[in-house]
Amino acid sequence: MEAFREAFRLIVTLNDELMHILGVTLKMSFASVLLSCLAGVPMGVRLGAGKFRGRSLVMRILYTLMGMPPVVAGLIVFLLLSRRGPLGSLELLFSVPAMVIAQVVLITPIVTGLTASVVAINAPALLETANGLRLPRLTKLRLLVTENRTPLVSVVLAGFGRAIAEVGAVNLVGGNIQFKTRVMTTAIMLETSKGHFEFAIALGAILILIAFIINIAASFFRGDSHDYG
Amino acid sequence: MKKRTLCAVFALLLAFGFLAGCNSGGSNETTAAPTTAAPTTAAPADPVIRCSTTTSVNDSGLMGYLEPLFEAETGYDLQITSNGSGAAIALGRSGDADVLLVHSKDDEEKFVSEGYGVERIPFMFNFFVIAGPADDPAAAAGSANAAEAFKKIADGKNTFVSRGDDSGTHKKELKIWKAAALTPDAAKDTWYLSAGKGMGDCLTMANEQSAYILTDKGTFLSMKDKLDIKILLAESDDMKNTYSLIACSTAKNPDVNAEGAQAFIDWMTKQETLDKIAEYGKTQYGEALFSVMK
Repeated sequence: MEAFREAFRLIVTLNDELMHILGVTLKMSFASVLLSCLAGVPMGVRLGAGKFRGRSLVMRILYTLMGMPPVVAGLIVFLLLSRRGPLGSLELLFSVPAMVIAQVVLITPIVTGLTASVVAINAPALLETANGLRLPRLTKLRLLVTENRTPLVSVVLAGFGRAIAEVGAVNLVGGNIQFKTRVMTTAIMLETSKGHFEFAIALGAILILIAFIINIAASFFRGDSHDYG
Repeated sequence: MKKRTLCAVFALLLAFGFLAGCNSGGSNETTAAPTTAAPTTAAPADPVIRCSTTTSVNDSGLMGYLEPLFEAETGYDLQITSNGSGAAIALGRSGDADVLLVHSKDDEEKFVSEGYGVERIPFMFNFFVIAGPADDPAAAAGSANAAEAFKKIADGKNTFVSRGDDSGTHKKELKIWKAAALTPDAAKDTWYLSAGKGMGDCLTMANEQSAYILTDKGTFLSMKDKLDIKILLAESDDMKNTYSLIACSTAKNPDVNAEGAQAFIDWMTKQETLDKIAEYGKTQYGEALFSVMK
């Protein structure tokens, strides 16, 4: 219980290293979610909007990618960025950009899939009206996003929740270097294995808090309250 | 019909996974088949010995080599966990280990003096070396000792990978920095990478970053083919690395397997085993990875 008290003290005194780790985590997560959404939302909207040739194949590929074990994604990115690998000359391994790359590989399929299912709900009705008005293609796609903006916020939040929770891939390609690529999840692993439980507990508490806030916000935007109302 | 076959396939996969899980849970798999037939002594009362050792010993492959020999001869089940020496010794404190094989003299002496260990028994040693990029930008190779090499690396702000995990190697590295009157700060010095990993992983990282690193010779040699970094400074006086065995004391943790720990120590320190240790690595790497005392 001594450890819990010490952990509380670390948090309220805004311990330097703790804040640094939090900073790196948030930086990496924001970047990952931003890129994943920029890629995933348009693709998801297109998928959810309606049938096109090859749609079922794309869906199958999407589901397979969503089921990708995170650490395998980490391995693939590691091999690509390693000095002896094809992209080794970029010298990106063991850096925050490398972690973002691995995260984008993992989160984009999730964002795409969730966006597709969100959009598919009102897409038929929306498109019928839009086609009746003879709206141009880009306007139709933009409409699908804006008309669904509330549930789409929950998709972004889900992506963010996924980003801050990732351990395996991020540990592999980031290297868990102190003050450089150490994020909350990988720090918890290290500090626990070193027996520094106070630090691990402080990190864990903050992580759980963030995860809860994200999930509550996401369910709010998703409109869960209506179901249970 | 298609749905039925799909269900059958899934059921088979689950059953296979279940059986595989049961098997590996029960026995303690070893990589090499023991050459001796049956244990020469009767099965011991408490057959499980938890040995907490360091990554530098484990990554060199020595324990993988000795474990099946020990188990075949004594009938014990040796369960080895490897961490940095700091964490390995912490497991002894919390009662999660029966015997320690570590290399952090000050921490070991503290462990024994506080009553957690019976006795510190140094039995084998090797040397740390400084490895780094082949072109050696810091000119570490010509240095008189490790402290001088470290100073050159720091002055040139050449990338240096530190264990950063309270291990024996880490403690040694810190001692050398202290001898060079330097205190690299992972927060401010961007060339100093505190990795928080085991020896093997740190060597991989140093290789990737073309960085300098303090490593034990054993682990380096066992990974030689995979590394582009080379040994630049070897066997300087300030780099001797002594390994010790410590049986955990029942005084602080009554559930410790004291007999098992003693049996392991006796086996490890008998001449036959010491000879094997002194030979380990010769055929594979052209030189022995460890030297034995006495």
